[in-house]
Amino acid sequence: MLQFFIRRLGMVIPTFIGVSLFTFALIHLIPGDPITIMGGERGFSEDKRAELEAMLGLDKPIWQQYFVYLGNILQGDLGTSYVTSQPVLSEFMTLFPATVELTVCAAIFAVITGLTLGILAAIKRGGLLDHTVMTISLTGYSMPIFWWALLLILLFSVNLGWTPVSGRLDVMFWVDEVTGFMLIDTLLSDEDGAFLSALSHLVLPAIVLGTIPMAVIARMTRSSMLEVLGEDYIRTARAKGLSKRRIIVKHALRNALIPVITVMGLQVGLLLSGAILTETIFAWPGIGKWLVESIGRRDYPVVQGGLLLIATIIIMVNLLVDLMYGVVNPRVRHSK
Amino acid sequence: MTETDKSLLVVHNLSVAFGTKDNPFKAVDRVSFHVEEGEVLGIVGESGSGKSVSSLALMGLIDFPGRVTADELRFKTTDLQTLNEKARRKITGDEISMIFQDPMTSLNPSYTVGNQIMEAIEVHQGGSKKERLAKAIDLLRQVGIPAPESRINNYPHQLSGGMSQRVMIAMAIACDPKLLIADEPTTALDVTIQAQIIELLLKLQREKQMGLMLITHDLALVAEAADRVVVMYAGQIVESGPASEIFKAPKHPYTQALMNSLPESSEGKDRLNALPGVVPGANDRPNGCLLNPRCPYATDRCRVEEPGQLGPRGRQVKCFYPLDESGRPTYE
Amino acid sequence: MTMTSETQTTVRMPQTPLAEFWSYFIQNRGALIGLCFIVFIVLLAVFADFVAPHHPHEQFRDFILVPPAWTEGGNIQFWLGTDGVGRDILSRLIHGARLSLLIGLVIVTVSLVLGICLGLLAGFTGGFVDVAIMRFADILLSMPALLLAIAIVAILGPSIVNSGLALSLVYLPHYIRLTRASVLTEINKDYVISSRVAGAGALRLMFIVILPNCLAPLIVQATLGFSNAILDMAALGFLGLGAQPPLPEWGSMLATAREFIQSAWWVVTFPGLIILMTVLAFNLMGDGLRDALDPKLKQ
Repeated sequence: MLQFFIRRLGMVIPTFIGVSLFTFALIHLIPGDPITIMGGERGFSEDKRAELEAMLGLDKPIWQQYFVYLGNILQGDLGTSYVTSQPVLSEFMTLFPATVELTVCAAIFAVITGLTLGILAAIKRGGLLDHTVMTISLTGYSMPIFWWALLLILLFSVNLGWTPVSGRLDVMFWVDEVTGFMLIDTLLSDEDGAFLSALSHLVLPAIVLGTIPMAVIARMTRSSMLEVLGEDYIRTARAKGLSKRRIIVKHALRNALIPVITVMGLQVGLLLSGAILTETIFAWPGIGKWLVESIGRRDYPVVQGGLLLIATIIIMVNLLVDLMYGVVNPRVRHSK
Repeated sequence: MTETDKSLLVVHNLSVAFGTKDNPFKAVDRVSFHVEEGEVLGIVGESGSGKSVSSLALMGLIDFPGRVTADELRFKTTDLQTLNEKARRKITGDEISMIFQDPMTSLNPSYTVGNQIMEAIEVHQGGSKKERLAKAIDLLRQVGIPAPESRINNYPHQLSGGMSQRVMIAMAIACDPKLLIADEPTTALDVTIQAQIIELLLKLQREKQMGLMLITHDLALVAEAADRVVVMYAGQIVESGPASEIFKAPKHPYTQALMNSLPESSEGKDRLNALPGVVPGANDRPNGCLLNPRCPYATDRCRVEEPGQLGPRGRQVKCFYPLDESGRPTYE
Repeated sequence: MTMTSETQTTVRMPQTPLAEFWSYFIQNRGALIGLCFIVFIVLLAVFADFVAPHHPHEQFRDFILVPPAWTEGGNIQFWLGTDGVGRDILSRLIHGARLSLLIGLVIVTVSLVLGICLGLLAGFTGGFVDVAIMRFADILLSMPALLLAIAIVAILGPSIVNSGLALSLVYLPHYIRLTRASVLTEINKDYVISSRVAGAGALRLMFIVILPNCLAPLIVQATLGFSNAILDMAALGFLGLGAQPPLPEWGSMLATAREFIQSAWWVVTFPGLIILMTVLAFNLMGDGLRDALDPKLKQ
């Protein structure tokens, strides 16, 4: 098992190096040089410019600059925001919990709904439920996520008034930030109604963000279940006189979930992409919104650092998914 | 031997149809047979003969779009067709068991062997985990698996083909079934293992006095192991009777052809004897007797009229001109 | 005693591959609907100048935020109403179709062609070239598509051309991987070996011998890639990184619509609806293609 883990870890490192190369290259593609950009409209004097160049190491050859960059990253220095002058990493860490909270809730929604729909569709194959689920799924991943958000806001916030339009918490509440996760922090605080407020703010964004993953999971679960239900060992289980419920839950599901787990892992990338759009619409103070704003403000260190951090997180999550796959599928564990 | 009220299993005019109502494909066409307690019934036929489908229909394992119909489907005194799903499931795996052709894919790869055997016991007999575990280990011992205490925690992919089939057998006999259906139990195994598995099956059958339905395309196997034999072709039974009689003097041209195609009968010749042509598929069923395009003795009558089962109960042939003792058709 | 047998058999004439594919395809009602819609919208896009009632950039100062024709306060001149500066939404949608389809075509074509070339190279050459190309693909794949596109556009500057470029790069690895996998499957087959022995050069082997047999999954991926291109292009437009105003790109129409969500629902609904329908049509067709080209995968 350990061997398996080490092997997978080994494959991650070159990918990480590659990503860092890419983000490094990206910045150097900006038309104009960094110092001019930093200088903004006023610009710098010749001396100041030379001073900055030396300080930022821009006078060194490019490959050397890369190694300086790499070294900085590994020490946790991802640059400083042009706009706020705060270290990119610390800004990221401040805003990250909000995105995590949103993403996790969206993922929970997607998994529970998607699995349920997929299983039901497979069991009642060819029936009305099956067709309905497939249609919902297809529509789900054909939809532009930002439009879906606007529609839901139109319906539930504007017309029905059930949910708020934006933000994480009603302005009238003041909650101490303990974990960064509003749901937990509101429970910990003694403000009445804060938790409910946090929950109602979370509902719509989570559903919007989770819609596409839900559609994909539903589809994948259905086809995986159908394939498994046609396998010989299901026939054996029936020949043993097992109840339908037991066959589906114990025998079929365990095997059907294996490819679905891989798909779920791949959804993380999709979730983070979607978070960018979702946070923008709901004014959710997470890294997605932060990134979009920094693009508008030409805050390049943030763009570069944010991209690197998100890519790293995705790589880590994929590694985790691989490991989980090994746990769930005994055949993979025992192979060389 | 003919069927009686004491018969273990009685099947009358079992049919399994696929396809549309106006254009059905009869995978099994009005098949009748019976199994007595403690006897071995061999069902012989090529692939496409409907032998496997018949057994699946018995077990209630045929799904839409297949349609199962029968005049009678009786197990001991129970009419299988009137049972509701729950009652049917109670018998399945308990009093009637089945093992399948490919043991490597017939076991769930995500659970240990022990888990799957114990499940069969749990569902039909109950008992504490300790009791079931002990029973499972004992079953593995009965089917000849060495070191059962450690094998019980193996996953199916860690077992060889022969071992897997033994596990399947253990699972099937876990609840002491009265009838065991074995659908091509050795076809997917190595030749050396085949004999071992058959020996095991027969030994268990004798010890427990189970009825055994042995489904296979292997004539030689059936000749040795079975008490009575039923020969199937293209979904129909073409000959039935005691094994010794059928092999000494087959009455149906198809049975004769099967016997002739055994390598032993071709000794001294250049080529294996074989019937020309192939088993009819869904779209090319001939009129009259289904064998007529390939039968060396076919007459005009065979091409138009479908023969019924001729002969005394217990020794029947579906042919107008059954072969006599010297192997020639009795045209008159 | 044999006479001429008169067994009844039905013999079917084998169909050509194209006819066989088509007969599978039309059995899928969804795919057929998708195809019809696509044809319809392509026609709209091609004949936009004639079909659209107004010019997409024309602002009618007296008709700002007019609701759809069938509602109260609507105007028959503007079937789907007008936006915040008085432009006819229907005309903008029609011209937007031309934009979206065109840029989608460019994106898919560029990434397909480049992806095929790189994939063929990787699968065929093997060794260091293969490893390098695959690493490159892996790196691109480890970053979420939209995020990557946003980053690239951020660097290059927002415009429709730059977002097209960015998206082409982002989709590239999928085609590389697909092609390479197909090549690796085919390369040891007899027909390739015999072509080699007959003296076929590398280029000929790659493009003429092997590639035609890898086309099926590529076609399916390209169709689905079209729908991704439309969605992602709209997303970039929504974020202000894609088509710049006053271009009537569907996504950027939604960006400007945000402020009217409480007052003018039609400005928000229709652009999104047409994106949905177009993407749905491509997805349905892609599914139909996949099922028809490989019946084994039929669900």
